[in-house]
Amino acid sequence: MMGKEMMETLDGVSFLIGDKDIVAGMPCLPAREPFDGAILDMLNDVSRILMAGREAREYPDVVTFAFWIRRSSTLKLKERFRREDGNIRFGRGVAFHIAPSNVPVNFAYSLAAGLLTGNANIVRVPSKDFPQVRIIAGAFAEALATEKNREAAAYVCLLKYGREKDVNDLFSSIADTRIIWGGDATVEEIRKSPLGARAGEVTFADRFSIAVVDSNAYMKMDDKDRVAEDFYNDTYLTDQNACTSPRLVAWMGNRREEAKDEFWGRLHRLVKRKYHFQPIQGVDKLTGSCLASVVYGAWEGENHFPGGAKAGQTAACVDRLDTLGNGESGVRIEPHTDNLLVRVKIPQILDGLMELKGNSGYFLEYDCEDIMELKGLCSDSRCQTVAYIGDVGMVGPLLRSGIKGIDRVVPAGRTMDFDLIWDGYDLYGRLTRVIDLIE
Amino acid sequence: MTIDDIMQIPPYSLGKDEKGKILTERLVDLTEHHRENCPEYRAILEAMGYDGRKVRNYKDLPFLPVRLFKELSLKSVPQEEVVKTMTSSGTSGQAVSRIYLDRTTSANQQKAMVKVVSDFTGSGRMPMVILDCPSVVKDRRMFSARGAGILGFSIFGAKKIYALDDEMRLDVDGLAAFLEKYNGRDILLFGFTFMVWQHFYKELLRLKGERITFDLSRGILIHGGGWKKLVSEAVSPEEFHKRLKDVCGLDRIHDYYGMVEQTGCIYMQCEYGHLHASVFSDVIMRRPLDFSECGIGEKGIIQVVSVLPESYPGHSLLTEDEGILLGEDDCPCGRKGKYFEVLGRLKDAEIRGCSDTYAVKFGEKYDG
Repeated sequence: MMGKEMMETLDGVSFLIGDKDIVAGMPCLPAREPFDGAILDMLNDVSRILMAGREAREYPDVVTFAFWIRRSSTLKLKERFRREDGNIRFGRGVAFHIAPSNVPVNFAYSLAAGLLTGNANIVRVPSKDFPQVRIIAGAFAEALATEKNREAAAYVCLLKYGREKDVNDLFSSIADTRIIWGGDATVEEIRKSPLGARAGEVTFADRFSIAVVDSNAYMKMDDKDRVAEDFYNDTYLTDQNACTSPRLVAWMGNRREEAKDEFWGRLHRLVKRKYHFQPIQGVDKLTGSCLASVVYGAWEGENHFPGGAKAGQTAACVDRLDTLGNGESGVRIEPHTDNLLVRVKIPQILDGLMELKGNSGYFLEYDCEDIMELKGLCSDSRCQTVAYIGDVGMVGPLLRSGIKGIDRVVPAGRTMDFDLIWDGYDLYGRLTRVIDLIE
Repeated sequence: MTIDDIMQIPPYSLGKDEKGKILTERLVDLTEHHRENCPEYRAILEAMGYDGRKVRNYKDLPFLPVRLFKELSLKSVPQEEVVKTMTSSGTSGQAVSRIYLDRTTSANQQKAMVKVVSDFTGSGRMPMVILDCPSVVKDRRMFSARGAGILGFSIFGAKKIYALDDEMRLDVDGLAAFLEKYNGRDILLFGFTFMVWQHFYKELLRLKGERITFDLSRGILIHGGGWKKLVSEAVSPEEFHKRLKDVCGLDRIHDYYGMVEQTGCIYMQCEYGHLHASVFSDVIMRRPLDFSECGIGEKGIIQVVSVLPESYPGHSLLTEDEGILLGEDDCPCGRKGKYFEVLGRLKDAEIRGCSDTYAVKFGEKYDG
């Protein structure tokens, strides 16, 4: 199947699980049915190993993953995705996954999705030494070493390599599905390696997310600390830099000011206790605040500077924004006692607003009278998740307005919950094939 | 007190209170000036809720992050009055700062620089050896930090030579002839720290092995640009000094701290190894968490203020460097004002996120 030259390409690859022979064998390996019993058993073993390990339990993201692959959870997925249409479904074959380099457990979900849908999986894990990667890979290795999971072992390769194109070329050439995480830049890089003509691809591009809060509903909530905890997990837990992390909070209802005080006050106390602050983040947030102020307040386009000196290094955001240019700033950098949580209130939703997004506790904030004011922002196909506090119904009109963005609408606290429908893709559908059976 | 009055003050003559009063008055005025003349600056102050009437001390004034000058084109004069645009040198693909100078600001930068440096070298120009290559100052319309530094310091040189050719090779014969000609006189040497080490010191060391030596015991070396590139070579400032002294007798060595965003207001290192703030500028160390002012001996982010910038709103800036205030008005060298140490650049944030990061976002500011 694979020639000597191809095998040599793999010399620079280090295997956490599997080896060259397993890779070489993958194209000939039978695809499996989705939610195949042997696979569910194996994943359940991995879950048990993880839950039993003391180290794993120190990492909430590892624990969450362990929960997601335990049998009761995968059986629920099976129930949800089973289609009683008489057709036969199988995995597409070989899935080649490129995991993002900055999120430790993402690779594991990608792998599990590939396994649950009946595929053989080659997964490039982050090259950084995350303990979570080591722990999860260790659990898979332990489970796959047992006799009863011997068969499943042929379906898993976890590996690390740099950015070598020849390795990408090789894996892409044998892939039936390629799954690229890591955003626009990685997608562009990996796409330099051709796929087979019938191979499919799932790409996780750069996205942004927002939150919508009904201030009236929030004020009536009993457990506001719980809400703060949830929102913390949506944001600070991933430095507010995951594609699912809300960058802007839109406030609805008529108890906005009191709700803001409560909400941000509680969140701030939590951040103070839990978040690891890095000195440069304060500078980053100040820079972001200044840029936002300028974009809204002062930019008068080419008219302002004689000779149209728009300066070569004008921020990309200024270039791309459709700015107001009336010389009046409606922006307010909300007073803050420290740099852990910085909020910038903006007077209007502009096209390209997300060029101003920040991270690590930097929030754009907007008083929203009508949900449809967010239409422009959410028409951007990069808009991914809306986290809501209050009744989900408030987002309804927006969702049905023909916007190009928004793939998920979830309660605050659940933005990170992985599912086989993710980022707008039905991974179940993408990773399986249908034998159309007409009797 | 007008800027012209301030320019007459000997640079290290004022104690804390007197200097504080002058700085406060001047910097409040500058804030007002830029607010009126730079719409971007005005927008920022407005968003911050700045109220000039509440300012009691220059330490209360807002500061802009230096990075803003990479993102925006900020000026407080019409384009016709811009006579010079300074840029920080960045590696390719990275944004560079652009600093717009009019005649007044540019002239005051030079005056301040002369006052500050003369306090260390004595007034009167000296034969000068530039430890760099001539090509770095070729394009005079666009000044890089390196070029600007060289041109800035060139005013102290009577006769000048470049010690390196454009391939960064030491011009051994040229240097020997120059030193021969000015034998017995003080010689000014200037260069960027890394260049001095890499292309001057190392070459002298090699030549010494071939028994070719230079006597620079009458030399005064001024160097700047930071130690970052020398960290990989594990060269400490003490080591740097000692090794240079060993190889050519050079003993009067002054590091300096400065940036293209506040040219002219450089912070020179005294005989005791301390960087000094002159009356034209000041440093305030700030705690990263809340930007409150650090105490003596406490590490913080360096804010720099300068009385000079009129053509661009750069009179109060938050750098991305870390430093420690060592003391004020009581350095054993006798100079008044704050003295401090620079620890280097803030670390880039290590943040999580779904999008892989490929390029480093912000480059080295003081490129050597």
